[in-house]
Amino acid sequence: MATSSLHKRDSALANSQRQLEILSNGIFQNGELPKFADKIAETGQFPLRAKKLEILQINLGYMCNQVCEHCHVDAGPDRKEIMTKTTMLQCLEVIKNTEAHTLDLTGGAPEMNPNFRWFVEEASKAGIKDFIVRSNLTIIRANKKYYDLPEFFKTHNVHVVSSMPHWTRGKTDKQRGEGVFDKSIKALEELNAIGYGMPDSPLKLDLVYNPSGAFLPGDQVSMEKDFKKALLEDFNIQFHQLFAITNLPISRFLDYLIASENYEDYMYALVEAYNPSAVANVMCTNTISISWDGWLYDCDFNQMLDLKVASKVQHISAYNEDLLENRNIIISQHCYGCTAGAGSSCQGSVI
Amino acid sequence: MSKTYYDPSDLKKFGSITEWNKELGTKFFDYYNAVFEEGQLSAREKSLIALAVSHTEQCPYCIDAYTKDALQRGITKEEMMEALHVGAAIKSGATLVHGVQMMNKVNKLEM
Repeated sequence: MATSSLHKRDSALANSQRQLEILSNGIFQNGELPKFADKIAETGQFPLRAKKLEILQINLGYMCNQVCEHCHVDAGPDRKEIMTKTTMLQCLEVIKNTEAHTLDLTGGAPEMNPNFRWFVEEASKAGIKDFIVRSNLTIIRANKKYYDLPEFFKTHNVHVVSSMPHWTRGKTDKQRGEGVFDKSIKALEELNAIGYGMPDSPLKLDLVYNPSGAFLPGDQVSMEKDFKKALLEDFNIQFHQLFAITNLPISRFLDYLIASENYEDYMYALVEAYNPSAVANVMCTNTISISWDGWLYDCDFNQMLDLKVASKVQHISAYNEDLLENRNIIISQHCYGCTAGAGSSCQGSVI
Repeated sequence: MSKTYYDPSDLKKFGSITEWNKELGTKFFDYYNAVFEEGQLSAREKSLIALAVSHTEQCPYCIDAYTKDALQRGITKEEMMEALHVGAAIKSGATLVHGVQMMNKVNKLEM
């Protein structure tokens, strides 16, 4: 189990350029597998173009209380990249004027940003239809100062989306660290207790499942059924939807794939499961991802690979939604992760 | 030629069997895919049956494929092992039940 980020360990894979080289070399360079651009060109979907913006995703920083094996952000307690209040103010201006229906705060653990609560209070005034905070659950039990987060979320009508890799302790702790399962269950009980995730409750609580290893997620509907049954029977816990998300071969998950000699098989599996109808709905075509330092990306994964948007506007300080529309999406082989099977996005399957 | 009888990468080439007989190969894969669809049995149950049978058939390709399939479905390793014991029980039971034939034969031949 990792205890520090790739950055802290000075790993070669902390460098996004190195990751992009790996993703374009070997089986993709020698033609064993088609490059993503060529694959989508087969169905006339190259270049991918941005549509009308629907989701504004803001990364409040890479600091996290956990060091998950598969983390594509390479987040952890040792990451110091945190969004400043100045950048938050620029984001608020955008939030007030955006036509996006969803605001999605992520990290790291976004709650660890010292200005998180102020930002949520201010952002909630804009009245965006769906205001998501991606909470890893254990943060709620990590320190007394976070104990009241469920009430805080409720006050601001925040839609909570939380990671839960499995309904068993063993699988969860293996991916996320010792004790994560018990803390997550406790946090879910607290969220349920104030109405989150209960049937017909407007307080939305969704869970994110991503596989704990070098394999793809199963059918989202079946997984949701299994999760609901197990969590209800074993812990009397309820939630609304399960999002099944594919692990993309970048950052710590790429490091794991290479170290465990699963990289090539995993890329084969992604390419074999390629589904052209998922391409039409990939999240990068309706999302803007904003980094802790205000740069704009097509998605959170491109942010981690430092692939900025192909637009005249690349920073929040010059944000212009009209100019961003119709931009060409920046792609590489990691994009196969979002087009495998039923597709994958921060909102789960796309078809 | 490969120096071993089994090469894990051959599993990826399974589909190529249609190249030498398209009609029968296609019929086989259509049938195969239909078998594993949700039916009176769930796809999850079928996956566990396939995993157990993969072992009783001692097919390394099938073991790789259905172990991965089970993980993708969120099936736990405890469930997988339990399914294997069903296969193992039938295998050993099938051996031992032939003991009755042995006993019959002994009883017939001995004075």
